[in-house]
Amino acid sequence: MWWREFDGGRRSLWREMDRMRREMDRVARTGLHTPAPAYPALNVWSNADGLVITAEIPGIEPADVEISIVGETLTIAGERKPDEVDGERRYHRRERGYGRFVRTLQLPYRIENQAIEATFDKGVLTIILPRAEEDKPKKIQVKVA
Amino acid sequence: MDEKTLEVRKEEVETPEGVERTRPGRTYVPQADIYESNGEVVLLVDLPGVDAESLDILLEENVLKLSGSVAYEPPEGYDLALAEYGIGNFQRAFSISSEIDQNRIEASIKNGVLRLVLPKAVPTTRKIAVKSM
Repeated sequence: MWWREFDGGRRSLWREMDRMRREMDRVARTGLHTPAPAYPALNVWSNADGLVITAEIPGIEPADVEISIVGETLTIAGERKPDEVDGERRYHRRERGYGRFVRTLQLPYRIENQAIEATFDKGVLTIILPRAEEDKPKKIQVKVA
Repeated sequence: MDEKTLEVRKEEVETPEGVERTRPGRTYVPQADIYESNGEVVLLVDLPGVDAESLDILLEENVLKLSGSVAYEPPEGYDLALAEYGIGNFQRAFSISSEIDQNRIEASIKNGVLRLVLPKAVPTTRKIAVKSM
């Protein structure tokens, strides 16, 4: 528990300050972004009618992006294949990753499955997920008695 | 070298001391692969959101400068609920060795990945025949 750490006296206070400094460094480095738990990183936009999810997945064919939805769980999967070249390759630099990726996201509500729209343009995936009509909050009119 | 697995990494361009950017917004360093094969050097650069029109490639004194601008409009009427990556322009420069034939560099971009093919110049060594007097 946190108070027990403070019991240790000055040393734990330093540790706490160190933790705060590291956290501030992280914010300074990445901005206020939440680190992505898996590839690809997602940005999620929401309003009363639904969600818009975007992801940067350069180097894959639109047809190779697999999007599925089961209940309130969205899965984005695919595979980035390495460049095909005959003969030997000698790498000078290798920063880009390859392979299969699967990312699942728990959505806050049910989605109108028939109305999901997904586009893939210039390596950027955009998925529009309209909230299920029966799941939308109902506005209740208050009558004056 | 082992094949790398996919990872989330987007680093911002570090502004050199004393130089300030004139435009607002973030600028990122795109990730790149460089390999040599069949007498060519191939450069693959991840530039999501960039197409042929929004990409500038400049070759100046053996330095190849790439700058890609990303025109991004946040979806209208929505609020950002989760942000795991930032969006901004891309910028990176590579120095090119003198053995590259600079007139035959080819560039193409597809699905947000730039592919630059830099052919090596044909060796200009010549054998000089020695005449006997």
